[in-house]
Amino acid sequence: MRKSEREVVESSRLITRRVLMLGVIQAGIVSALGLKLRSMQIEHADEYRMLSDGNSIKIRLLPPARGLILDRNGTIIAGNEQNYRVTLTREEAGDISAVIARLRRIIPMSDRQAADILEEIRKRSAVTPVLVADRLSWDEFSSIALNAPALPGVTPESGLSRSYPRAGDFAHVLGYVGPVSDYDLSKIENPDPVLRLPEFQLGKVGLEAKMEEALRGKAGARRVEVNSAGREMRELSRQEGQQGATVQTTLDAELQNFTSQRLGSESAAAVVLDVTNGDIVAICSSPTFDPNKFVRGISAPDYRALMEHDHRPLADKTVQGVYPPGSTFKMVTMLAGLEAGVITPGTRFYCPGYVQVAGRRFHCWSRGGHGMIDAVHSLEHSCDVYYYELAQRVGIDRIAAMARKLGIGVRHDLPMSAIAEGIAPDRAWKRARYDQEWQIGDSLNASIGQGYVLASPLQLAVMTARVATGRAVAPRLVRAIDGQAEAVPDWPELDINPLHLRTARAGMDAVMNSSRGTARRARILAAEWRMAGKTGTSQVRNITAAERARGVISNDQLPWNRRDHALFVCFAPYEMPRYAVSVVVEHGGGGSAVAAPIARDILLFALAGGLPPLTAYPEAERAKVQEIWSRMSLTPSARKGEGRARA
Amino acid sequence: MGYLNYHVVQVPTGWRKILHLNWPLVFLITAVSCIGFLMLYSVSGGDIDRWAGPQMERFAIGMVAMFALSFVPIWFWRSISVVSYVICVLLLILVELMGHVGMGAQRWLVLGPIRIQPSELTKVAFVLTLAAYYDWLPVEKVSRPLWVLIPVILILLPTGLVLMQPDLGTSIMLIAGGGIVMFAAGVSLWYFGAVIAIVVAGVTAVMESRGTDWQLLHEYQFKRIDTFLDPGSDPLGAGYNIAQAQIALGSGGWSGRGFMQGTQSRLNFLPEKHTDFIFTSLAEEFGFVGAFSLLMLYVLILGFCMYSALTNRDRFASLLTIGIAGTFFLYFSINMATVMGMLPAKGSPLPLVSYGGTSLMILLMAFGIVQSAHVHRPRS
Repeated sequence: MRKSEREVVESSRLITRRVLMLGVIQAGIVSALGLKLRSMQIEHADEYRMLSDGNSIKIRLLPPARGLILDRNGTIIAGNEQNYRVTLTREEAGDISAVIARLRRIIPMSDRQAADILEEIRKRSAVTPVLVADRLSWDEFSSIALNAPALPGVTPESGLSRSYPRAGDFAHVLGYVGPVSDYDLSKIENPDPVLRLPEFQLGKVGLEAKMEEALRGKAGARRVEVNSAGREMRELSRQEGQQGATVQTTLDAELQNFTSQRLGSESAAAVVLDVTNGDIVAICSSPTFDPNKFVRGISAPDYRALMEHDHRPLADKTVQGVYPPGSTFKMVTMLAGLEAGVITPGTRFYCPGYVQVAGRRFHCWSRGGHGMIDAVHSLEHSCDVYYYELAQRVGIDRIAAMARKLGIGVRHDLPMSAIAEGIAPDRAWKRARYDQEWQIGDSLNASIGQGYVLASPLQLAVMTARVATGRAVAPRLVRAIDGQAEAVPDWPELDINPLHLRTARAGMDAVMNSSRGTARRARILAAEWRMAGKTGTSQVRNITAAERARGVISNDQLPWNRRDHALFVCFAPYEMPRYAVSVVVEHGGGGSAVAAPIARDILLFALAGGLPPLTAYPEAERAKVQEIWSRMSLTPSARKGEGRARA
Repeated sequence: MGYLNYHVVQVPTGWRKILHLNWPLVFLITAVSCIGFLMLYSVSGGDIDRWAGPQMERFAIGMVAMFALSFVPIWFWRSISVVSYVICVLLLILVELMGHVGMGAQRWLVLGPIRIQPSELTKVAFVLTLAAYYDWLPVEKVSRPLWVLIPVILILLPTGLVLMQPDLGTSIMLIAGGGIVMFAAGVSLWYFGAVIAIVVAGVTAVMESRGTDWQLLHEYQFKRIDTFLDPGSDPLGAGYNIAQAQIALGSGGWSGRGFMQGTQSRLNFLPEKHTDFIFTSLAEEFGFVGAFSLLMLYVLILGFCMYSALTNRDRFASLLTIGIAGTFFLYFSINMATVMGMLPAKGSPLPLVSYGGTSLMILLMAFGIVQSAHVHRPRS
C-alpha cells in the first residue's frame, strides 16, 4: 500500500512531537538517576565507605598461650603442647569423599569416623572448616602438609593445648582445663571475648581454675579482611597476644611423685608442709586420674569408670575430704588443758580402761587401762581416758578454740577447689547446727577426735606444723608469679606457752621413739632426722555395747567401707622441725600400722631430697621398705634442662 | 514501504550498505560492551574464563548477527512481523507447558542444545508487530477506540503469558515497551491518562489483596515491595541485596576504589554481582566518574537511535527504532534505579554489561534491526 506524501508528512510531524515528549520524560528519568548517583557517591560517600569497611574488616582474636605451672625447682608440671590438627573446607575440597579417602591413607580413621566427618561437613556451610582429626603426630602432620596438592580443602593447623607431663601426680591440686561451656560463660560477668573462641581452654577445677586470670594471658588480635561468608581473604595487621603468667608452685615434683606412688591404690591423702614457711611441698590424693584425658575430652567409659570407682578418684581428699581426726586430735585437747591451767604437764589421771560419765561408759582403747598417766605418756600410749578426764575439766569451748588456733575448723585459703572448713565443734555450733544443747558425752568424744570433730588432711598438717614451730604457719601453694616471688609472711607466734608446746612435742616424740610408743615401728633411725608423730584411728561406725561385750570385730573382718580410717601426723627433725606430714588412709585400719609407715617414708624422702639411705630405717623395716621401693615406678629426676616454656 | 519503493528511491545496495550504517551507534555499543567485559573480569577476581571470556564470544557472535541483520532490507522485517509475533506467543505457551524453572519462575525453554527465553524474543517481535500495525493503520484512525483495542490486545496477550511464568519484571517491561510505541504512533494522551489511573487503582488493589485468598502476587514479590519501601526492615534477608548494593555504590565515592579493588564485590557481599548488580561493582570501583560516564553512554545510544527515528520518513522504521530504543532505555534505567534503591528489586539485567548470553545477543540483533532501518531509510 502506497502512502501519500501528505500522510508521510503528517506521520513524521506526529512522531516528532511524540518523540520530543518522550525525550523530555526520558531526560527527566536520567536526571533523577544522575542526581541519585551524585547524592550517594558524592554527598554520602563517607557513610557508605564506613559501612563497607565495617562489612569487610573483622577483628580476629589470637588465643594467648596459657601460663606455665612449675614446681618449686622449675620443672614444668602444666605446660602447653603443639596440637596438630587438620580441618577440611567443603568449598575448596570439591569431591569430599575422594579427599577423605586420600586422607585416610595418612591418618588412620575408622569407617564410622569417616562417615561422621562426611556427615558433619555436609551439615555445615561450604566455607566452614570442619575438624577432621586432631592430636596428630608430627609425622602425620608433615605428610599431610607435603601432600597438600592432592588434598584440596585440607588445612593442617597447629595450636596450643594444655598438657600435664606428670599425668596423675598433680591431678587434684592443679585440676585441669577444658573447653569453655555455656555454663562457664553464664557464671562470668562480662566474659573475655577470647573465651568464645572454639578451641579455647578454661581452667575447670583446682589451681587452673582458681588462678585462671593470671594463667590466661592477654589475647592478641588480627585485623583481617573477610568476604561475605566470613572467609578470610588476607591479614591486614597482627598484634601478638601475651602469654599467661608463669606460676611457680611450692610443690616439689619428685616428692609429689614419690608421695603419689607411695599412696598407691589406697583411698588416701597426704600433705607435706615445709613448717618454716608454710610451703606445701607435696599434696596428694589417691587414687588419681590423668588430667590429660579431660583436656582431650574424656571418653564416656573412662569417665564412668572414674565416677563409679568406690575410692572416688575425682575427689580431692587432701582439702575436700574431712575425717574424724581420732587420736591425732589429742595434742589439741592437751594444749587446751595446759593453756587453761586445768592441768600441768605433770598432772596425772588414773586410767582404769574406761570412765563412767552421765550414765554412759566411755572406753579406752586399752581395755586393761593405763593406770596413773601424765601428759607425755598419754600421747605415747594414746590413752583415751586421760583425755576424757581432761575434757570434763577444760570444757569443749576451750578445746574448740585451741583447735581453731591450730588450724582445724578454719578454712585455709589456697588456690584449690572446694576447700573444706572442717568442724571444731563447740556449744554454739551444736545449737546452731542441731538446735540441741551440748552434752558432756559430746565433749568426751571430741577430746579424742571423734564425734563431731572433722578435719581435712591439710588441716592436720597445719596443726602439726603449728605444734612443731609454735608459730601460726599457714599453708601456701604459690611460690612466685612470673618470677616475682610471693612474700613469705613472718608467721606470728601462736600465743601458747612454749613449755606446753614442748610437752606436746615430747609426747609425739615418745610415740615414735620411746620403747613402748604406739608407732615405734615406724620411727626414723637416723638421729639427724629424728621424727615425732601421732597415730590416729577413727571409727566410721558406732561400736555398740553388745558388740563390745562380744569383743570388737577386727578391721580385717569388716567390709572395706566400714573399716576405720587410719591417720598419722608427724614432723621432723625433732629438734629443728622442717617438714610436717599428715596421712589419711580411708578405711585403712590402724593408724600406726597403715598410715605411719607411709608418712615416715614420705617424710624421709623429703628430708633426704630423694630416696634415703636404708640405714635411716630400723633394721626390722628395711626389707619391707626395699620391697615397697621396688614396686614403685618413680618418674626419673629431671630438674635441670627439662623442656622450658614454649612460648 | 513496499519492495517496489526501493527501486524508486535511492537506497544503498550490496556491500555499500556498510558505509551507511549508523557507525556512532556501533562504536557506542562496543564501548559499553567493553565496559561490561572489564567489569566481568573484575568481579570474577581476574578470571577471564569465568564470565568475561564467554561474554566476549557472545558479543562477537552478536555483532556479526547485528551486521547481518542490518543488511536485511527493512521491508523484510515488516513482512515477518506478524509471523514472528505468532511464533513468540506459541513459544510462550510452550514454555508455560514444559519450561525450565529458574529462580522460582518458568523462563527457559530447552530445545536440544539451545536454551531460549521466549520472553526476550517477544520484546523485539511485538515491537515489530506494533510498528507494522501503525504503519498499516491510517494516521487519522490511531485514536479510535476499536483501533486502540487491537494493539492493547497485541500487548496484553504475551504480557499475560509472561506474567503466568511468573515474571513480573518482563511483563511490566512489555507493557511499557508497547506503550512507548503506541505513544510515539500518536495515540491520544487521554488513553495514557486513563491507563495510568487504572494502574494506580490496580496497584492499590494488588497491595490490598495480600494475605487474602485472591492474592495477586507471589509472596516473594510482596516481600520485594516491602523491602523497597523499607530496606532496613530485613537487612539480612530480602533487604540484604539492596543494602549491600547501596553500600557498594555509595562507597565508590568520586573516583572509586580502583579497578579490581572493590571490597564489596570482590568479597562476595554483593549478590548477583555479575548480572543484575554489576552496576554497583562499576560504581564501587570507578566511582561517580565511571558510573556517570556509563549513564551518559547509554543516553548517547538512546539519542542516536531517537535521532535516527526522527530523520526516518518510513513510519514503520521510525516506530520500531523508537520501540527498541525505548525498551533499551527501560532496561538500563530500571536496573540503575533498582540497585540505587529507587525501585523494588525485580531482577533485570543492565543491557550490554550484565553477563547473559540470550539478552546480549537479542539486544544486539535488535540493534541490527535498528541499523537496517537506518540503512534502508527512504532518501529523496
